[in-house]
Amino acid sequence: MPYKIIFPALVVTLILLFFINLSLGSVLIPIKQVFIALINGEVDKDSWKLIVLNYRLPKAITAIIVGAGLSISGLLMQTLFRNPLAGPFVLGISSGASLGVALLILGSSFLGANLTLYGLSVWGQALAASIGSFMVLLAVMAAATKVRNTMSILIIGLMFGSFTSAIISVLAYFSSANELQQFMFWSFGSLGNISWSQIIVLMVVFLFSFVMVLFILKPLNSLLLGENYAKSMGVNIKITRNVTLISTSLITGVITAFAGPIAFIGLAVPHLTKLVFTTSNHKILMPAVAISGAILMLICDSIAQLPSSEFTLPINAITSLFGAPVVIWLLLRKRKLIY
Amino acid sequence: MGNEISYCITTQNLSIGYTTKDQPIVVASNLNIQLEGGKLVCLLGKNGIGKSTLLRTLTKVQPALKGTVLIKDKPLNLLKNIELSREISVVLTEKLPESNLTVFELIALGRQPYTNWIGKLDVNDLDKINEALEQTNTTHLKHKFYYQLSDGQLQKVLIARALAQDTAIIIFDEPTAHLDIHHTIETFSLLKNLAVKFNKTIIVSTHEINLSLQLADELWLMTPTNFICGETATLIENNSLDQLFDSNLIEFNKTLKQFIIKPSSHF
Repeated sequence: MPYKIIFPALVVTLILLFFINLSLGSVLIPIKQVFIALINGEVDKDSWKLIVLNYRLPKAITAIIVGAGLSISGLLMQTLFRNPLAGPFVLGISSGASLGVALLILGSSFLGANLTLYGLSVWGQALAASIGSFMVLLAVMAAATKVRNTMSILIIGLMFGSFTSAIISVLAYFSSANELQQFMFWSFGSLGNISWSQIIVLMVVFLFSFVMVLFILKPLNSLLLGENYAKSMGVNIKITRNVTLISTSLITGVITAFAGPIAFIGLAVPHLTKLVFTTSNHKILMPAVAISGAILMLICDSIAQLPSSEFTLPINAITSLFGAPVVIWLLLRKRKLIY
Repeated sequence: MGNEISYCITTQNLSIGYTTKDQPIVVASNLNIQLEGGKLVCLLGKNGIGKSTLLRTLTKVQPALKGTVLIKDKPLNLLKNIELSREISVVLTEKLPESNLTVFELIALGRQPYTNWIGKLDVNDLDKINEALEQTNTTHLKHKFYYQLSDGQLQKVLIARALAQDTAIIIFDEPTAHLDIHHTIETFSLLKNLAVKFNKTIIVSTHEINLSLQLADELWLMTPTNFICGETATLIENNSLDQLFDSNLIEFNKTLKQFIIKPSSHF
């Protein structure tokens, strides 16, 4: 059984990358010292312990949750919509989050209210993003009860996406340079600046969605034959679809709220994983996609830190910059896109 | 009381079609079917006459406009999806979405109505899957990806999936539409075999009229004016087949048992 080799290998890689990620950054901290700092021992330099525990550890944990969460969302979307282009972005959920944050940051002067104070706080942004993504989800779900065809829902999601980005453009046009800059920074995405209380929220939402998804693994497998076959095998399409939509938007909404709209991961990781695992069985794909997503996110974050330099690149740019060519290369080699 | 025949599928005064905002569009009405188990039934009719609509109504994909459908004496609209999936399985014409499913995994999906919440296959499930592989002569394909199969092989694998679902009734929507004559006849003889040997009720919508006349126990004819069902020999005898196409090009020849080009038509 090759899975018995691939899975432990992936887990070992994940753990290794986790420690490498902790050791890399503007200051290089030896991995041995990272270990000591983690078990709260005596470190050579006091500042190292501070950096590891207060800055890099929460960032690395965030990277893992973000990578795993977005990848699972992507996998669910691709199966539900039987479309290789489906991902959390396509449903308009991420755009909804962006709209929420844009209204908060950019809209304050436009709407005349003094929201700047809230706009500056991370919780204010998180709340706005969550509300935004949830509103778009509600709209998509309302459309889903009217429209039976999943392809139409996909297009409706896309339309919501362009609608919200149009509103954001209008807001951006009328807002001050200061506000614009603040919004741009959020939209670059960032895994840092996330507090432990936010990480707990991330974890709870992630675990809750993960457990929900466990219960639809079986219907998701039968959906591989299409909705009509799935129905004939006793699958309740409506429940499966709603559970998928709710868990996806929860994960995506909260992640986007805290870390900004992170592109590419949700779309690409499921494809990469399917090329490696050559299976469509969700009982294997779901953990595989989660671990691969976490690995990829840790790598991207390590690169974004530009080790041994003082600069940090926006994580959103790295995920696309390094990820997109990988997918293109893999597709050119395999010549087949499976979803 | 004791010698009352129990039917596999019964319909009373059934109207099928679609509901639009203004009014229902009736595709066919007054369908009265009484079908015993273990029969091979061929559903014949010209394109667009409503064969698929009838099959979709019988499998609860779309609701009946009027009348009732009974599956083994139970009203169809009271059956839950999961209960229905243990009575009726289907083989559809639609193209499967692309995936990395292997033949074994595809057939194993047929066991879903019986497996637990995570879909774990037990010994009984594996037995049924292997049985289905043997009955359709596809055991050697077991480990292949389904997209590597030819159309003929894929058709057999889809039939195996329906067999693994272990239902008394299997419904086929134009199973031989993409197949050559060899695979068409192979498929039909497999279906006949399933009805005779394993007492399955097989309902097939098809355009293979000649094969249907040779193999089917019963015919359901959807004609522009009415719905006729009955034993194949009886329907041939009373000229019912002539109503199938209101065409000036072809006619049914009783002695040859097939449609021939009308002698009067010139090209």
